Amino acid sequence: MDDCAHMNADTDGGLAGRAAAGDRDAFATLLERHYDRIYRVSARVLGDGDDAADLAQDVCVGLAARLPSYRGESRFTTWLYRVVVNAARDRLRRDGARRRNEHAFAEIDSLARAGQAEREDEAVWLRQMLSMLGADLRATVILVIEEGLRHAEAAEVLGVSESTVSWRMHEARNRLRALIAGNEVMP
Amino acid sequence: MNDELDRLRRALHANPPLPSPGDRDRAIDAAMAAFDDHRQGIRREVRRKGQVPDRGTSWLRRIKMPRPYLAFAGLAACLVVAAGVGYRTLWVPGTVEQRVAEAGPDSRTERERMVREEPRALASRLSQAPPEALPGASPRARRLARELPAAPPPESSMQQVAPTTLPPDYRDRGRDRFSSFEANPVKIAAEEPVSTFSIDVDTASYAFMRASLDRGVLPPRNAVRTEELVNYFPYDYPPPASPDTPFAVHAALMPTPWNAATRLLHIGIKGYVAARDSRPQANLVFLIDSSGSMRAPDRLPLLKTSLKLLLSTLAPDDRVAIVTYAGSAGTVLAPTRAVERAKIVAALERLDAGGSTAGAEGIRQAYLLAGQHFVEDGVNRVILATDGDFNVGITDPEALEGFVARKRESGVFLSVLGFGLGNYNDALMQRLAQNGNGNAAYIDSLSEARKVLVEEAGATLFPIAKDVKIQVEFNPATIAEYRLIGYETRMLKREDFRNDKVDAGEIGAGHTVTALYEVALAGSDGALTAPLRYGTREAQPATGSEHEFATISIRYKKPDARKSTKIARHVTRADMHEEAGDASPDIRFAAAVAAFGQILRGGRYTGDYGYDDVIAAAQAARGEDGFGYRAAFIGLVRLAKSAAAMRPQGR
Repeated sequence: MDDCAHMNADTDGGLAGRAAAGDRDAFATLLERHYDRIYRVSARVLGDGDDAADLAQDVCVGLAARLPSYRGESRFTTWLYRVVVNAARDRLRRDGARRRNEHAFAEIDSLARAGQAEREDEAVWLRQMLSMLGADLRATVILVIEEGLRHAEAAEVLGVSESTVSWRMHEARNRLRALIAGNEVMP
Repeated sequence: MNDELDRLRRALHANPPLPSPGDRDRAIDAAMAAFDDHRQGIRREVRRKGQVPDRGTSWLRRIKMPRPYLAFAGLAACLVVAAGVGYRTLWVPGTVEQRVAEAGPDSRTERERMVREEPRALASRLSQAPPEALPGASPRARRLARELPAAPPPESSMQQVAPTTLPPDYRDRGRDRFSSFEANPVKIAAEEPVSTFSIDVDTASYAFMRASLDRGVLPPRNAVRTEELVNYFPYDYPPPASPDTPFAVHAALMPTPWNAATRLLHIGIKGYVAARDSRPQANLVFLIDSSGSMRAPDRLPLLKTSLKLLLSTLAPDDRVAIVTYAGSAGTVLAPTRAVERAKIVAALERLDAGGSTAGAEGIRQAYLLAGQHFVEDGVNRVILATDGDFNVGITDPEALEGFVARKRESGVFLSVLGFGLGNYNDALMQRLAQNGNGNAAYIDSLSEARKVLVEEAGATLFPIAKDVKIQVEFNPATIAEYRLIGYETRMLKREDFRNDKVDAGEIGAGHTVTALYEVALAGSDGALTAPLRYGTREAQPATGSEHEFATISIRYKKPDARKSTKIARHVTRADMHEEAGDASPDIRFAAAVAAFGQILRGGRYTGDYGYDDVIAAAQAARGEDGFGYRAAFIGLVRLAKSAAAMRPQGR
């Protein structure tokens, strides 16, 4: 009985419940535990380090007021992913055209540069591939591949059907293949 | 089978985005503060039911509480941004005035003092405090604070701003976003006779520049790629006679517009045009979703820009029609020849989002139009542009697919362009496109639009060469110095020219590519470098060299080839125009655009040559201007001139 209670107390769900009820330590523990995840997903979806730190902070700040809306229907991390992905999308949308122009330019730019000296740099390759996937495919791929979510979970996070996630994964692979084929010069 | 995704997985795991410990701590601190604040808010809410808090002290209390401390971060960000632009919107009126108001009916002078002092005090705190000392400030605000040199003295700055026309939200984030590059330097032909670069048919920089100028601000210097501006325009260089040589190379020398002592070497490349009559004529019907959900900036506005891009790839005789569907479907533009670009663009601009989506009726109308103007052996295509909110009016997706498939049999194909997609109708649209023998593409940015609508519609429909590299060898006997204008990011090593593994740009049917060198002839006084007192290694001229200025070599691969082929062209005295007026309008126009690009980049080599000179030169070289691009360019130069005049430092 005691063991069980103890375990419950330390699960994400347990912590979230206590934090929502005003337990400061529980909230701090949750933040400590999940900040890196929040940052990681922010960075991937936004594709920009500075913006990610900004967004991660906003998400953390917002959690204080938002936690009570987590009712334990899904895993805490699923709920958290949804919060982060939605916040990232809102930001992408809000920053609108100006940002897109700059990104469009940065993309062309990174392509131009990737064509030369930095081609072998895996990080550059990765950034290029992710940026060419576009926001929706990118978010899907990140959740499935990097965060290890099942298609059904990713679908829940993204608010789409499971078959859409599967289709997107398929489409992402096709695009990657085309991009790799189009870019590869090195044997 | 899944090796692409595996490779991506490995790369993702090998390159995790790592927050800096500082960002982490600050985020957690801020969140804890918000947590406390939130809890306090709940407690206050409970308490308020019993007693009314003392109004006179409320604003003081608020300052001590964590929330204004966060609000300060936002305020700080605004301030820094404003100071960076010109110290204009120095305070956030709402914030200060609100607090003043909350201070109660104090003396007026006190209120004025606060309004006056607050921004200054904050600005000086900001400029003095190290970024780390801005607790709770967002990472961006801190970075901006770091970049801010020192707050300028308010009075003088307030005078020099021309506030109304500069968009208040403009932030010069170029420093972060554009890789900086220096203009290609002057080279001495005797020391470094060979110049090698990759072809570039991108024009993204032009679009970006235009977007900036349309908002009344000069683009950040590093966003200006002179070669992309020059290559934005179609030039009427004579094409090669047969497809055996995929492109023709033209060269001419003329006096440099901005420097009387030097010459401009103009290199013009024209891709083979799959003989006018053998290139299929296009009959396109844009079917545009203009329902309310398309109002978001990444939808209808981006769609308009994208379709304008597509227009630029069309031949003058291609036909375009526009059908919209929103509530009721309607033909907005009857089939119109692409040469009437202004009319088509005007129809696009008139589109406005509103209403719900009646997709099926729109599709029927679009096919009807496409069928009426069917071009035998041509490209007959309905291009559906939508955000996927394709719901009203389609009761049976299967039936719609069947309809599309039957139309395919008749020779009208369907392409689907998705904008701002994010719902399960992705799949429906994909299926529609497949049934229509077309493709579905997502347009989520201008660069994606370019890729899909320009590169893929133009160049991949008719690509003629890939990995195109240009190498120019200058003859030191006749050329003292040279400088390549633009192409800074496209430079290749001399040895890369022959290396077929080194990737370079691609060229599609009918593409033109232009490169310009400013050269100082040997013995002229145009050289920037002084001759060495102790001489140099004598260049050993090859045969007949006094008549030759340079040799232009181009290497390319046929689209399906692995090995490259070379074409060469000698530049001789016969290519020299003594007067600028003798050169063709195309050449003079390219020179004017190059001058403009260089001026936007700071005008290091352009001397006194200014916007007015560019306008005059471009006017005189407008030529036929079938698509109106050149006229639009002149308008942009005028915008740049006024934007530069408004800019305190000038440029």
